[in-house]
Amino acid sequence: MSALDAGNEQVIATYNFAYLDEQTKRMIRRALLKGIAVPGYQVPFASREMPMPYGWGTGGVQVTAAIIGPDDRLKVIDQGADDTTNAISIRKFFERTTGVETTTATAEASIIQTRHRIPETPLTAGQILVFQVPIPEPLRFLEPRETETRTMHALEEYGVMHVKLYEDIARHGHIATTYAYPVKVEGRYVTDPSPTPKFDNPKMHRNPALQLFGAGREMRIYAIPPWTEVVSLDFEDHPFEVQAFDRPCALCGAEDVFLDEVITDDRGGRMFVCSDTDHCNRRQAEGHAGEQAA
Amino acid sequence: MAETDFLSGGLADPVIAGQSAFRAIMQAMAEPGTIQAITDCPTPPKGLRRTMASIATTLCDADTPIWLDPELAGNPLVVKWLAFHTGAPVTADSAAAMFAFVSDPSSMPALDRFAKGTDAYPDRSTTLVLAVDGFDRGTPLSLTGPGIEHLRRFTFAPMPEAFIDQWSGNRALFPRGVDLILAGPEAVACLPRSTRIGKGED
Repeated sequence: MSALDAGNEQVIATYNFAYLDEQTKRMIRRALLKGIAVPGYQVPFASREMPMPYGWGTGGVQVTAAIIGPDDRLKVIDQGADDTTNAISIRKFFERTTGVETTTATAEASIIQTRHRIPETPLTAGQILVFQVPIPEPLRFLEPRETETRTMHALEEYGVMHVKLYEDIARHGHIATTYAYPVKVEGRYVTDPSPTPKFDNPKMHRNPALQLFGAGREMRIYAIPPWTEVVSLDFEDHPFEVQAFDRPCALCGAEDVFLDEVITDDRGGRMFVCSDTDHCNRRQAEGHAGEQAA
Repeated sequence: MAETDFLSGGLADPVIAGQSAFRAIMQAMAEPGTIQAITDCPTPPKGLRRTMASIATTLCDADTPIWLDPELAGNPLVVKWLAFHTGAPVTADSAAAMFAFVSDPSSMPALDRFAKGTDAYPDRSTTLVLAVDGFDRGTPLSLTGPGIEHLRRFTFAPMPEAFIDQWSGNRALFPRGVDLILAGPEAVACLPRSTRIGKGED
């Protein structure tokens, strides 16, 4: 084999930094700038096939790939956890294609890619939170036609969403929507916060970090700049409320955090633990203990 | 000047330089009125500012028609350099451009001559890249809106004519409107359409 052939093999075996080609990155970067300039508006983008199935966070992965650089430190969470399949596979993907440092500590990360949670540790200015979004259109289950929802956004016609919340109240006595709870961004666009529990909605309001949203299959990117007004929709007599838990985390004793129910045996045994593993581990290391702490 | 001078002046490492330039631009867009340095710029021919060249190579390609102000459009070396290093087609119609490059903001066309997007697709608008001399002089502005915690003081010079009035017209179109990237000698700042601008004394 000649030196030239060996060289070619090397090139073929190597991906561009962060996997995506540069033209794709430019296309995503342009969409991100528009999204930031019009907070909450869903910018169409030419989403690419990624080496993982739709539904595994291809939108978030493409956004992260378009912004990440060698100086970044990446954290990836799935339902708050750093150690679940989706989080590990995406973290390894970026370790292999960028060589950037990764971390599980929220405070040490410059980019946090998340599926369905906002970390308990408050984010700081300069951090970027990248959401994986399955259905970016908050009106989609009320109006399936894209042509119609686009017109509804253009006309700021969001009555149908209030009707939906009202029907919740009529049927259940309270607003029964618990995740993907619609928000209004900067008084203009009704936006889907991705299926985060509504517990996390207040964290989006005037957050000092930049929040970017990528929906791969649906080909949409949107953004919430730092310090932007994000208001959960509600009624005067039925104000927005977050979930409350009647017990603290079984491992670290934390209150005022979002808890996951974990089944522990086949006789109805269960425990409630922090969904944010980094937060829980850090508290346990600091000496906090819940009732089932090891 | 040699005929092939437009071939040189590219980036040694376009992938990493493009990424860091984009992060500076994105940070500037996310926090309007903050000044973000671009450290690794291309070396364009005289007449095109280095930070503008960096913005062009970072964001423009064959998919993005660009508009050039008469000074840039009249400089064949600059036109050739942009064509070779970005591949972006040049359009004479300012309202058809995705990006517009302006070397002298004080004599530029009115903001409403550029694409403002539609109510259904406000993203189909022109991003204007203006060369400015710096961010340390000019009419004091006070910025409010997304990306700004309370109020941010900001200046740049030179300014487009009757800029504060023009901008309030642009802001009134929201979510339609143009976004500005201000390219200083070493750094950029942005004014997205979401930003409200008052006079500094307000």
